[in-house]
Amino acid sequence: MYAAATESLIKQAREIKEEELQRFCGRIFKLLHTKDVSGDTVDSLQRLNLIVSATKYARELPSDLVMKLQTLLRSSSCPEQLQVLTSSIIRESFPSSVHSLCSDLSHDSRTFSHVASVVLAQVSHILESRLSDGQISRHALPILSKMSTVYPEILTDDQVNLVSRKLVDWLRYASMQQGASMSSGGFFSGPRTRQPAPLTEVDGVVTGDFFTVLCLGQSYTEDQWMNMYTFSMIKSWLLHVPSYAQPCNDDRSEVDSSVMSMVSATSSSSRLLPPKERLREKAFEYCQRLIEQSDRKALKKTDTELQKACIVESVSIMDIICGEDPSYVYRAFPCIKALYGRLNGDLAYARALLPIAQFYLNHSEIAAVDSEAVFCQLFSHCPAEQFNEPMLAFEFVQFCLLNASVLQDRVANYRQSFPNILKFLAGNSSGLIAEFVELLPSLIASDTAIELLHTILDLPCLAAALDLQQRSACYQASDRSAWDQQGAKVAACLDAFRQPSYRGLFLYILRPEAGTGDTIDRLKMLHEILADMAESPRVVQCAQVVPVLLHVYFNTVTQKADEKMMNQLLLVLLERSSLVFSTHLQALCKLHPPLIVDQSREILEFASSPANIYSKEDFYTHVVWVIGEYLSVSYDPRCTVELITSFFESLEAVLFEITQVRQSASPPSFSPRLITVLMTTLAKLATRSQDLIPRVSLCLSKMRTFARSAPVMTCYSEEDTEEIITRAHELINLLKLPNVAQFVLAPSAGGDGPRWHRDTNASLPQGMRAVSGLLHRHSSSLPT
Amino acid sequence: MQYMVVCFLIHTLCPVSALSAGETRILYARVFGPETGDGCDFTPEQRRLMQKEKLHVVARQVRSAVALSREASGGLCVEAVLGEEAAALGEADSGVFSLGNAELFPDRSVVLWLGVQSLAFTLVCRPHENLLLAEGTLRNIARHCLEELRLLGPGAEVLLKSDRVDALLHRLLPHGQLLFLNHRFVLTLDKEIANYVSK
Repeated sequence: MYAAATESLIKQAREIKEEELQRFCGRIFKLLHTKDVSGDTVDSLQRLNLIVSATKYARELPSDLVMKLQTLLRSSSCPEQLQVLTSSIIRESFPSSVHSLCSDLSHDSRTFSHVASVVLAQVSHILESRLSDGQISRHALPILSKMSTVYPEILTDDQVNLVSRKLVDWLRYASMQQGASMSSGGFFSGPRTRQPAPLTEVDGVVTGDFFTVLCLGQSYTEDQWMNMYTFSMIKSWLLHVPSYAQPCNDDRSEVDSSVMSMVSATSSSSRLLPPKERLREKAFEYCQRLIEQSDRKALKKTDTELQKACIVESVSIMDIICGEDPSYVYRAFPCIKALYGRLNGDLAYARALLPIAQFYLNHSEIAAVDSEAVFCQLFSHCPAEQFNEPMLAFEFVQFCLLNASVLQDRVANYRQSFPNILKFLAGNSSGLIAEFVELLPSLIASDTAIELLHTILDLPCLAAALDLQQRSACYQASDRSAWDQQGAKVAACLDAFRQPSYRGLFLYILRPEAGTGDTIDRLKMLHEILADMAESPRVVQCAQVVPVLLHVYFNTVTQKADEKMMNQLLLVLLERSSLVFSTHLQALCKLHPPLIVDQSREILEFASSPANIYSKEDFYTHVVWVIGEYLSVSYDPRCTVELITSFFESLEAVLFEITQVRQSASPPSFSPRLITVLMTTLAKLATRSQDLIPRVSLCLSKMRTFARSAPVMTCYSEEDTEEIITRAHELINLLKLPNVAQFVLAPSAGGDGPRWHRDTNASLPQGMRAVSGLLHRHSSSLPT
Repeated sequence: MQYMVVCFLIHTLCPVSALSAGETRILYARVFGPETGDGCDFTPEQRRLMQKEKLHVVARQVRSAVALSREASGGLCVEAVLGEEAAALGEADSGVFSLGNAELFPDRSVVLWLGVQSLAFTLVCRPHENLLLAEGTLRNIARHCLEELRLLGPGAEVLLKSDRVDALLHRLLPHGQLLFLNHRFVLTLDKEIANYVSK
């Protein structure tokens, strides 16, 4: 598709020299002055277009050429291709060209607004007159729409009324017959128009009601085109153009066509409404008709897709209208309810449920309509069935984001449905993570917060399970060839998925609602079953977003959590520590230091086991650090000497075990930082129960031997071994002055993490070095 | 809130030798102005440069999104050739994401993309746009681009005949306005476009 030839063309366009460009422009200038437009002219203009678009900085074109191009653009006899090319060239080239086109536009917004209003006046004039050349009025409408959304204050009352009247005409009173197609009647007669045929609905049935975008004809009349353009911009117009409430007495009476229509009681008196209100009425009728027309079975796929888009648009417009004028709510609800009844359960129309749900959310209270069923369907069924539809997933999540606070307060099963909602993320992690970062806080409820944490941690499992569920649905067990084609690993997992004994596990992971339990006992087994899927791209992408979600979770939860929840959270962290970031542990303990004493048994158990070092070193290091920081009577009066001693003894045993120097010992598999953190923590604990000081000093004195042993020397760098030795030495010296040590090793006010031991900016090493220095200078006068 | 399409892009998804990995070459870009007043103290050249930069950021994000999506779905890409445009479109993958950054386009614009082999067609819409309609429009535009610019072939029409894209956008997405086109409107516009191209 994209070839080297294309690339080299871009290169040429970018690198063309200034003088060559000027010569080229000169040639074009001459060509443009000849009478006929030759292929050569077009070709040259196309090349010039490429040249000015190819660079990031704007190219300056000679002013005479620019003037010529502008003249061409403004001339009515210019062929379309030249207009397109000149317009593009002017846009892309040195910006002053654009300015001179708009008669020297300055940064002055007032000037711009004048110019804009001139343009707008011309547009209104065009709309007002009955031009036969429909091409002009066709484009006036999108321009008008754009200007009114960007600068709504530019429009005067009169202009708004004028336009609103025109829009009503096009929307509601367009021709009811097909456009005339010019065709010759035969060889002997001149061209004459055929009898216009009737319009049809999308299923072929002849139309009996007013024209809409869902009416088909061989060719369309001008006002039918305008009908389509009008509907395309009506939502924007209704939203942005302020309503001018003065009634218009000089409203020209519209000739209602004698067509039967789904009019409500007010429409006969609607002529007396101000233009904006009348437009609202007609737009409402149009939407009702579209919703009706969408029930027909279209013959062409394009039309089926259009019907869906029309449903979405119509419901949104009705939603807006009801928001502006609540009296419409009672007329709208029967229609919307019937629509919901029709679409409910039809997977092909799932996306159309979202604007319906939005409508219920906005207006069901006023109308005292029960909306529970709608939200039940939305949260309990939709995600489970369609998690892997990227567009639906996106729109669903956007809906939740937009309405998060209302959903939290008013829709009971919103927060309960987080297992379902998270399926969208599992199915499309990279695309939706940004949205979920914002959405997650709204899903956290105190009674299900722990379950949510487990669910987040199990997200990759969920992704794998969903994948298997999908494949399982596609392939029959008997069709082994299709089964095996997916690779041995996946096939093995699929077999497991189908096993009755594992049914419960999968049912839990794929559950739609929270509340059946925080997690399952046999989670480990599930992990083992799904291990073969761990490398599948979807699962990997999912695993990558988990840490981000955890950050958001902890940031939110720590703000709101009570003591009980903090305890529960700590337990989860310890239980599933291999997946969790250590920073969360720190944050939790810093927020609520008594946790250490509360959960001392679990923490002690964790810290006592060297196996945890090898599998989760970073987390283990943080646990040790946290013990050193917060296990103190200054944080928790329940911190007894016995407690400190038991922690000390466990950590001492661990340090001893991992630093044993044996001939046959293999090099350490843990980082030097673990050693320094262990040493420092032991020293800290010793200052709080000073009987332990001789023991820790003994322990520390062995560190030199450890650091200088052969296996360690090969493994750690020179600096690292030096640091271990120095730190041990400094700690020993410090502990000779227990009161000073207590001060230096006291919990730091900043509560920073276990810094890298060579971090010279950290106060602890600095403090210690200062004291050490002091001690060396005065060593002779101190008791040993 | 605004209801408009902000821009349309055609850009590469395959590695380009002159660019670093992950970079993408924009082959066509059309921004539907005017842009709302953000930083009125920039000169026109600065604004133009900023706009170009923004478009590149969007294109790069689309490239990553396509790569991730294709990786996850694990589908094999069958290369279609000239004449097989319908098949190529049928095999195309699509997706959507939002631009979180307020610096790029304000109000969390939505990026809709369609990946056809080594090229991407991208629409940037304002939030709360009718995405169903935008999707259909994007597909229609892509179909025309594939055909009128012969994108499945090795030629460089996308660069030299870019006025055809302007012309078809003029009809299918005038000034960024999405249109509710039933198949008969589509046919009429198809004829107009074919007329333009044949000249």
